[in-house]
This record gives sequence, C-alpha cells and structure tokens, in this order.
Amino acid sequence: MIIATAVALLVVMVMALVRALLGPTIHDRILAVNVFGTKTVLLISVICFISGRPEFIDIALVYALINFVSIIGVLKYFEYQGASAGEGASD
Amino acid sequence: MIESAVSVLAAMMLGLGSFFMISGALGILRFPDFYSRMHAASMTDTLGTYLIIGGLMFTAGWGLPLFKLTLILVFIFFTSPTAGHALAKSAQLSELRLGGEQSGSAKPGAGGVHSDQHPDSRDLARADRV
Repeated sequence: MIIATAVALLVVMVMALVRALLGPTIHDRILAVNVFGTKTVLLISVICFISGRPEFIDIALVYALINFVSIIGVLKYFEYQGASAGEGASD
Repeated sequence: MIESAVSVLAAMMLGLGSFFMISGALGILRFPDFYSRMHAASMTDTLGTYLIIGGLMFTAGWGLPLFKLTLILVFIFFTSPTAGHALAKSAQLSELRLGGEQSGSAKPGAGGVHSDQHPDSRDLARADRV
C-alpha cells in the first residue's frame, strides 16, 4: 500500500506540473508549485518508509520549511505587481 | 492481532489519502478559474496530507520517526492555510479581482483594495482570460 501511495503521489505531482506549465496566470503557477512542494514532502516521507530508513524524514522536514518560505517570498514579490497594469489593460 | 489491525488502519489511511490527493489534483487540472482551483488544492491538499502522514505514523510505531512525522504534521497544519491565504490575498490584490471587475472604468480611483461590489456582479470566468 505504501508503494501504491508513492505511485499516486507521482501521478499527482505530474498533474501539478502540467498545471504549472500551462497555467494562464502567475498565481496558477505559484499554486501548482506549492502543491508540488507539499507532495514532494510526502513523497520523501513515503520513500523513507519504502527504503526502510526512517531517519531520512529530516530531509522532508527541511523541505517543508524551505517550501513554505519560498512560496511566501515569491508571493511577496508578485503581490502588488500587475495591479496597475491589470487596471490599465482591462477593457 | 493488534499489529494486523494497525497495519490495516494504516493501509486504509494511505489509500484514502491517495484518493483525496488525486481528486484534488484533478480539481487543479480541470477547474475553470483560479479561485476554484485554489479551493480544490487547499482543501484536498490538507486532508490528503493528514491522512498520508497519519498512515505513515501508524506504520512507524513508537520512536523518533513518529516524533519527526508529528513535527511535519504540525508544520503543515500551520503553513498550508497560511500559504493559501497569502496566495488568495496576492491574487486579490493583483489583476485577478474576484468582485466585478468588468465595471473597472466606473471606479477608476478605487485604490485597488476595496472590492465591495454586489456578489451578483462576479465575473469568475474572467480569471481564465487574463
């Protein structure tokens, strides 16, 4: 069942990558990358239990920290960008 | 007896978490605009993550891996809604306005933050065309 979970995680990551590649706006891409990072944390945890080395969960923990900080940083960078351009270009 | 029950419970949680994650990924891939995509991602992401980490915790047994998985669970419990809120706020402040933006010429000096339009004037499909 753990291996089936790993396969399902890989499928979900591929679907998130597809959304990140063809997302129409920058926020769709950020959302897809956020989902991808969360699923990477889960995949690392699952792979730890498949390979029988549970001490590698530290990597998943650090990846969760880095993922959150990077998402918040990218969002602060894009927060006010495009507001004036969107109002000027809309209709 | 107890071990088999725990392993069955762990397998059930892993399978259910996989189902929720795949449904959430289908929502991300197929929903028509950004906010519904974000809803699908946030909701099913949270539930799938809890179920999978919970199944791994049942698999792990007592020890240090259980503590580390608990740390991951607590961290995702706090950061996943925070990231979703930040994403929604950023999208609302940028060009993907949720309130009726089709009347953008009616209020040119609104400052960009206030979106107190009537909910009937929502143009959700606009988020797909930007």
